[in-house]
Amino acid sequence: MNGIHDMGGLHGFGAVTVDPDEPVFTSRWGSRIFCMTQVIDTLGVWNLDEHRHEIELMATEAYLSDTYYGRWMFAMERILERRNILSREEVDHRVQEIASDKRQFTPVQSAGRNWPLAEGDKVPWGAWRKEKTVQPEFSEGQWVRVRNIHPPGHTRVTNYTRGKAGEVFRVNAQAWVFPDTRAHYRGENLQAVYTVRFDAQTLWGEEYAEPNSYVYIDLSENHLESIQED
Amino acid sequence: MGHKHAHPEKAWQAIRTEAIESLLNEINVLSSDDVDRVVKHYEENVGPKTGARVIARAWVDPEFKKRLLADGLAACEELGIGGPETELLHVVENTSTVHNVVVCTLCSCYPWPILGLPPVWYKSSAYRSRLVREPRKVLSEMGVVLADEIEVRVWDSVSEIRYLVMPERPENTEQLSEAELIDLISRDHMIGVARDITLNSQEN
Repeated sequence: MNGIHDMGGLHGFGAVTVDPDEPVFTSRWGSRIFCMTQVIDTLGVWNLDEHRHEIELMATEAYLSDTYYGRWMFAMERILERRNILSREEVDHRVQEIASDKRQFTPVQSAGRNWPLAEGDKVPWGAWRKEKTVQPEFSEGQWVRVRNIHPPGHTRVTNYTRGKAGEVFRVNAQAWVFPDTRAHYRGENLQAVYTVRFDAQTLWGEEYAEPNSYVYIDLSENHLESIQED
Repeated sequence: MGHKHAHPEKAWQAIRTEAIESLLNEINVLSSDDVDRVVKHYEENVGPKTGARVIARAWVDPEFKKRLLADGLAACEELGIGGPETELLHVVENTSTVHNVVVCTLCSCYPWPILGLPPVWYKSSAYRSRLVREPRKVLSEMGVVLADEIEVRVWDSVSEIRYLVMPERPENTEQLSEAELIDLISRDHMIGVARDITLNSQEN
């Protein structure tokens, strides 16, 4: 989807601000959200592309004003609710109880809750399938063009490379899951991932590109097309 | 503390996080002990020092360096390094004529097992939007001024492949031990927003 998360090339965000004394976690709640997510990652509740896409679905204003781990909290809650594991209503109720310093919380009801997950309902993790092989269509040194596509769902093809021509620098010939379909449970569509090298002038135009600069980006085979030589 | 917080929104996020965590404990999705262990892992076990060990080993052991450049993760595993969020690692080498720098414009992908968690600036809109378009300008603002003759390579790591920059070993370091070399290498060198390695000051 063409959302605010796809930031490459945007103007207007100002200088990069560095805090040299930053701790690993800048808030305790952020550390809990991040690490709870890490634990849930191992439980078959979601796949990583779905989790990323959930963040992309945040309203633009919320995405920009929230912190990184605030976005993760948003995604966690939404997926847990969709999976019928934990409802927003339950969280809201517990928030009120904590905020009003209640000594005893209302016990949770287990009836109708989708937990524990049945074995068959667990979502596989992993970025590539070691037991599978794929036949890459493109080869190192070949010129390719990024397909000019604007899918409304999850995609890892960045806006700033669409329609642009680049050279395959490296073929990552492992059987990679295609995030664009896995995020929506439309299959893993295993395929090679290519590191494609783009000249800055191709991406930003001669007038604006910095000299002697290149962007290397990893793109799935389905995001690329061969350049017809005539 | 009685003073007013500058960011009141953090208070509700802290409460909401507590609510979610207590509920997930009660319905046995996870235990807070497990979460504690993960926090401790990221606070104490992994961090830029892990990546610095990899780079320093490559500097002193040419055979290791070859293996590292061929298959980064396999070489890291030789040193007992690995973990979630990195399933393939490419190490990209700086030379006198090439400078590498890493970003993820779509989210904030980063080699957690090798460098620990990314700093806030790496995840910022400014870094993610600007680095691919004006890397020299961003780098110069961060203290790395590159002559036009030096080729800049920006690695936008939007797939599940992770990147680690190998800085050049500084001259006159033949006498230094591997441990001393490790101390010279900072997180920023391995992301690529620092280039020169100074022998007298310890950066991190």
